[in-house]
Amino acid sequence: MVEVRNLHKKFGELHVLKGLNVEVKKGEVLVIIGPSGSGKSTFLRCLNHLELPTEGEVIIDGVNLEDRRTNINHVRRWVGMVFQHFNLFPHLTALQNITLAPTKVLGMAEEDAKREGMELLRKVGLRDKADAYPEQLSGGQKQRVAIARALAMKPKLMLFDEPTSALDPEMIGEVLEVMRNLAMEGMTMIVVSHEMGFAREVADRIMLLADGVIVEEGSPKQFFTNPRQERTKLFLSKIL
Amino acid sequence: MALDLNLDVALKYLPFLLTGVSTTFEYTALSFIFGCILGLLIALGRISKSAVFRTPCLAYIDFIRGTPLLAQIYLIHFGFPQIFGYKPVGYIDALVALSLNSAAYMAEIYRAGIESIDRGQMEAARSLGMTYGQAMRYVILPQAFRRVIPPMGNEFIALLKESSLVSVIGMEDLMMKSNMMAGRSFRAFEAYFTSALIYLALTLTFTRLLGRIERRMKTDGRS
Ligand SMILES: Nc1ncnc2c1ncn2[C@@H]1O[C@H](COP(=O)(O)OP(=O)(O)OP(=O)(O)O)[C@@H](O)[C@H]1O
Ligand SMILES: [Mg+2]
Repeated sequence: MVEVRNLHKKFGELHVLKGLNVEVKKGEVLVIIGPSGSGKSTFLRCLNHLELPTEGEVIIDGVNLEDRRTNINHVRRWVGMVFQHFNLFPHLTALQNITLAPTKVLGMAEEDAKREGMELLRKVGLRDKADAYPEQLSGGQKQRVAIARALAMKPKLMLFDEPTSALDPEMIGEVLEVMRNLAMEGMTMIVVSHEMGFAREVADRIMLLADGVIVEEGSPKQFFTNPRQERTKLFLSKIL
Repeated sequence: MALDLNLDVALKYLPFLLTGVSTTFEYTALSFIFGCILGLLIALGRISKSAVFRTPCLAYIDFIRGTPLLAQIYLIHFGFPQIFGYKPVGYIDALVALSLNSAAYMAEIYRAGIESIDRGQMEAARSLGMTYGQAMRYVILPQAFRRVIPPMGNEFIALLKESSLVSVIGMEDLMMKSNMMAGRSFRAFEAYFTSALIYLALTLTFTRLLGRIERRMKTDGRS
């Protein structure tokens, strides 16, 4: 589903990603952890070209993003992204947030989009919030709407960039619950998160990114109980 | 020496001055509307990543904001007809000058409004597959419009005052009418002071109105 080859990203002199090779299979859940500034967000953003790679290739479901003939807007339709700060559209209701892209980008009929939007709101447990504006929602509710908004495009791949790190502790669970269900339905997911409980339970693979390189990757079991690298042990000791 | 003030003259000419108010309004309102439309296009060009759009828009804004409106009116009314050899029409030239002038200021207002919207809004819209144009139209501009209403109102009030400059090319707005009143009555002070008070009444009215709109926007929330 996702294949990343020798991915480099530089911001001027700053070399953030230093040749990453990553493969994610269909239905797989990859959790990425790593210290602040290690390039986790940059990596995710390269996967839908919110950042352009300096070097290397990103191939998603057989489509090479670096190919000049690739229309990135088409690829983004089926690569959903969930942001740390939700980025809901404040001038639209929860339901309108969800139906905007399907109607304007896919040309879906308004009623169909609404029906599917309501179904998605039900799925994230917010059917009664359809007409609420983002400012009337709690952080956890906002993030669940944001997930529903991404799902409305029927993505093949979902990218989550620290979806719970801006939330109050009591709201983290409800968002992780939605993500867990999504994983169980077979969604391919790449998640940047330091929720180790979630990683342990849901991830197929965990990857530690530090200083722009992959320090270690492996199954949750191996990663937590028997890390190979000193760097991993050090990092885990800080966050666990 | 006693102050020689003649209130009767002011009262006598008041209806005459008021006929100029409608012309002043017409210039203000029309150039405001043209300025709003043209200003938006220039703002979009100004923030474009492509230098082909950005550079001319930037040059335009700099030129208009860096030169006096009076010079712009003269250029349009006397300058262009001379080099292109056509007959100037005062009414049109006045409107064009005011519109082009306000467009530059509006463009900067729009730009500030657009740039005040969190970067994450554009990213979220683009991540859903929207084109830049769609993201602007459905996500960024609707939010920016709410934020530009107060500065737009100020621009309207500025325009109301600056429209007085069209009197220099003979347009019979409030300012021109007070010139005429001064000439006919030989009472310059009464003429110009009365028209100044009328301008003041107009700007104060609009300032109040704007304040009310802003308060209403604040109470119904959503930025
Ligand atoms: N647009 C940009 N321009 C310049 N530098 C950037 C830009 N985006 C990110 N960086 C830099 O790249 C490095 C990696 O940033 P990135 O956001 O990917 O880190 P991160 O691992 O997501 O960190 P965090 O855990 O704090 O979110 C940082 O040093 C950051 O300052
Ligand atoms: Mg980050």
